Amino acid sequence: MAIRVESEIHRRRRSQNFGVAICLILFIILMMALSFVKLTNSGPVEGYDHAPRPSLEEKVLE
Amino acid sequence: MAYVTDHSKDYDPVFGDYIALLKPRVMSLVVFTAFVGLMAAPGALHPIEAFCAVLFIALGAGASGSLNMWWDSDIDAIMHRTKTRPIPSGRTSRDAALGLGVALSGLSVLMLGLASNWHAAGWLAFTIFFYAVVYTIWLKRMTPQNIVIGGAAGAFPPLIGWVAATGVVSIEAVLMFALVFMWTPPHFWTLALFMRSDYDDAKLPMLTVTHGRKSTRRHIMAYAVLQSALAVGLAFTSIGGLIYLTIALICNSIVMRNAFLIWLRNEAEAESDDFKNERSFFKFSIFYLFLHFLAILAEALLLPYGLGGW
Repeated sequence: MAIRVESEIHRRRRSQNFGVAICLILFIILMMALSFVKLTNSGPVEGYDHAPRPSLEEKVLE
Repeated sequence: MAYVTDHSKDYDPVFGDYIALLKPRVMSLVVFTAFVGLMAAPGALHPIEAFCAVLFIALGAGASGSLNMWWDSDIDAIMHRTKTRPIPSGRTSRDAALGLGVALSGLSVLMLGLASNWHAAGWLAFTIFFYAVVYTIWLKRMTPQNIVIGGAAGAFPPLIGWVAATGVVSIEAVLMFALVFMWTPPHFWTLALFMRSDYDDAKLPMLTVTHGRKSTRRHIMAYAVLQSALAVGLAFTSIGGLIYLTIALICNSIVMRNAFLIWLRNEAEAESDDFKNERSFFKFSIFYLFLHFLAILAEALLLPYGLGGW
């Protein structure tokens, strides 16, 4: 049978770990929300993927 | 000053001790003034971007608070007001405060740049540098004008909030900075008048110690005049209005009256009523700043309904 003695040090370290975990989770959620806002507010995104870019094509047609 | 870290001691802080290193009470003032600066600005940020901007400005302020506690742990242990802080009370190490301060400084500047703009991030980086290096490390223990210099660092948040929203510094942002800047010295000098043993014991060159208490009373009066002129002048800019002007006139009349009474008194009179006027000036000045920024916020929020502004 495992001996489980909870001392003050365990309580303190659990408090630290729990606090850091909550902060990290909140930070990840915030970064996701911020990225979503930045991407949706910044207009159409053109990636370079070896395909003709729409904006350049338009210029050629003109 | 003891620069050697005591590695022989086992520190086991709880999470709250790390929060305490960030000076949460100062952070709450930073959150409020930065939020007002951001809301009063003409530019419009998405609510998530605005939330992130205020959060990272506050985190930057917390980082500089942690760096301040790292450097000042020796004098914090002497002063009654600060000896329960995490380092002097033995709950955390100086290394932990330094690590937390440096890490959060970098994180807050980087994230503010990404969330709003790099101009605002630059101002935040400068503010942290100014508070931690120029004020805490360099000038706090050297000059009796330490409060004036420290006040500048505390005055930047509304300006950073404004720049986060607009990308530029304007006269309104400078005036909000100037209001907090002028408010800080008389606030702390009155505290020094009735908490005198604290600063004497820590051997900090406070104005009360270096130039005497009569001179400190004159300085409080002079700064109160400048502060009042600035506060009322702010009413006639684009962020002012009738609500702000009314509050500014009432608050600054009270401040001028209190400062005048402090100026006229001598030490015997002050000690006979346990620094009644000084204490009331100090207590009111907390509300003073809150009310001014609340009025700026009210003007900004009522503007779309045709009620705020001129």
